Amino acid sequence: MKKYLPLIILAILSILPLIGLSSYAMHILILVIMWAAIGMAWNLLGGYCGQVSFGHAAYFGVGAYTSGILYYKLGISPWWGMPLSIVVVSLFSLVLGFIVLRLRGPFFALATLAMGEVMRVTTENIGWLTGGTLGILIQKRTWVSKFGYYYIILLVAAGTFFLIKKLIESKLGYYFVAIREDQDAAESLGINTTLYKTIALCLSGALTGIAGAFYTNYMGYIDPHVVFALHDISIVTIMIVMVGGVATYWGPLVGAIIMVFLAELIRTIPGLGAAHQTLFGILLIVIIIFLPNGIVGDFAKIKKIFKQEAPRNELN
Amino acid sequence: MSLIEVINVSKHFGGLAAIKNVSFNINPGEILGLIGPNGAGKTTLFNVVNGFFPPTKGEIMFKGKRISHLQPHEICKLGIARTFQVVKPLQRMSVLDNVVASAFLRAKNKTEAIRIAQETLKFTGLYNDKEVISKGLPLGKRKKLEIARALATQPEVILLDESFAGLNHSELNESIEIIKKIKERGITIMIIEHHMKVIMAISDRIVVINYGEKIAEGTSQEIRNNPLVIEAYLGDAKSA
Repeated sequence: MKKYLPLIILAILSILPLIGLSSYAMHILILVIMWAAIGMAWNLLGGYCGQVSFGHAAYFGVGAYTSGILYYKLGISPWWGMPLSIVVVSLFSLVLGFIVLRLRGPFFALATLAMGEVMRVTTENIGWLTGGTLGILIQKRTWVSKFGYYYIILLVAAGTFFLIKKLIESKLGYYFVAIREDQDAAESLGINTTLYKTIALCLSGALTGIAGAFYTNYMGYIDPHVVFALHDISIVTIMIVMVGGVATYWGPLVGAIIMVFLAELIRTIPGLGAAHQTLFGILLIVIIIFLPNGIVGDFAKIKKIFKQEAPRNELN
Repeated sequence: MSLIEVINVSKHFGGLAAIKNVSFNINPGEILGLIGPNGAGKTTLFNVVNGFFPPTKGEIMFKGKRISHLQPHEICKLGIARTFQVVKPLQRMSVLDNVVASAFLRAKNKTEAIRIAQETLKFTGLYNDKEVISKGLPLGKRKKLEIARALATQPEVILLDESFAGLNHSELNESIEIIKKIKERGITIMIIEHHMKVIMAISDRIVVINYGEKIAEGTSQEIRNNPLVIEAYLGDAKSA
């Protein structure tokens, strides 16, 4: 049963649009799946390999702008940006990794945070290539209906899921986790930590970049403040994984469902809309204190809370 | 020919010379004990051999090849594994996964890595704990896990950094048995140990360092009667 769970969920998600959802509901679903894909990509680097990145907007943005620039400067369909972003973002990650992977722990986190901001400011200032703060508008959308977009992002997310699952169960996965747990010990076990951290960063970056390229096609408009946003992209990515469960296969999906729905829910409450960041912050604090491994990671603990009615003093 | 040659090695940290001009050889198949008072530079010497610190001066040769400029993972790949004095288990991994991660160094695929890991766990007496998350292991077993992990990389030389410290009597005897079995497999051992009885009993040769300098080298009998060693440990007879 557990073995087939990914396929069952994929099947359910595949037939979900066929029951005739409203355009708004489809939009929410697309966002959930896109964020799940980004969360999974972050999880590979931050969750399994232990390199906590606060700058995933950099990869998302470079992916988005790969699509955007193809259209804006070369007049090529922005859909080509999705395959091309794999190459562009991998190369970008390689360069970035050369700088930031020399650092460990909090220093790595701060360097990635700075990199995300550097990318935003740079994109704003090279207007001849990126359109500057005006951004890039895709004049003609491919589809009016959301079906096509839904299945494309579902394909991306499913591909990301199975790729990461396959990787984590292989030698690479063992090496990533070994690096997370103790870099010196990993090095002394013959693991080339620099090489494997770079692999994790490039994979994570490229997978995030594909989602970014999809975003350009789906939303039809990008500007540096949106796609390189620290709080709306980088921090939300981390929150999704933290809430759902760090280093779990399903955590990013669960986290994405909760975060996207919560954001939409709060926005509908008058006078509270702008406070959704504050509420996200409070949610994160609660999660870190009570469910440090996230909802999926601490699922056994959650089940116990609901079951635990009569016997208060259970044996440990 | 010696397996490892340490040639005139010095290691400075800023103005502090942690190791000064130390030379010795390790012969194939032997157990070489490395002793010295606290702060003598034993672990630093390990870190230099293992590649964590490049030596400030001097060379380390392994099978006639210079290794003193290599990274730790490259040195491990050549066949020198080590354990840490302050144990470094991969905390949130099970005991088996800890060893599988290191077995991947030479295993062609996951099945083989798991097979090597299981054999190693049986060899070190940890097989019954294979599913335990290593964070929850008691110290004695963590020390054994360090040895198991080093062995799973299938080394020619193993550097053991105080693998006996903090063990109780029965654990101590088990570990001594493991070391003897490792030697029977033809693996060369270099060991740091404070437990004099143990090191005297198992070492073929002993190197003594004090304040970063080699003060003696020889069999345990020679070391026991060396006045410099006695002075390093007990102080000068005149000032006592």
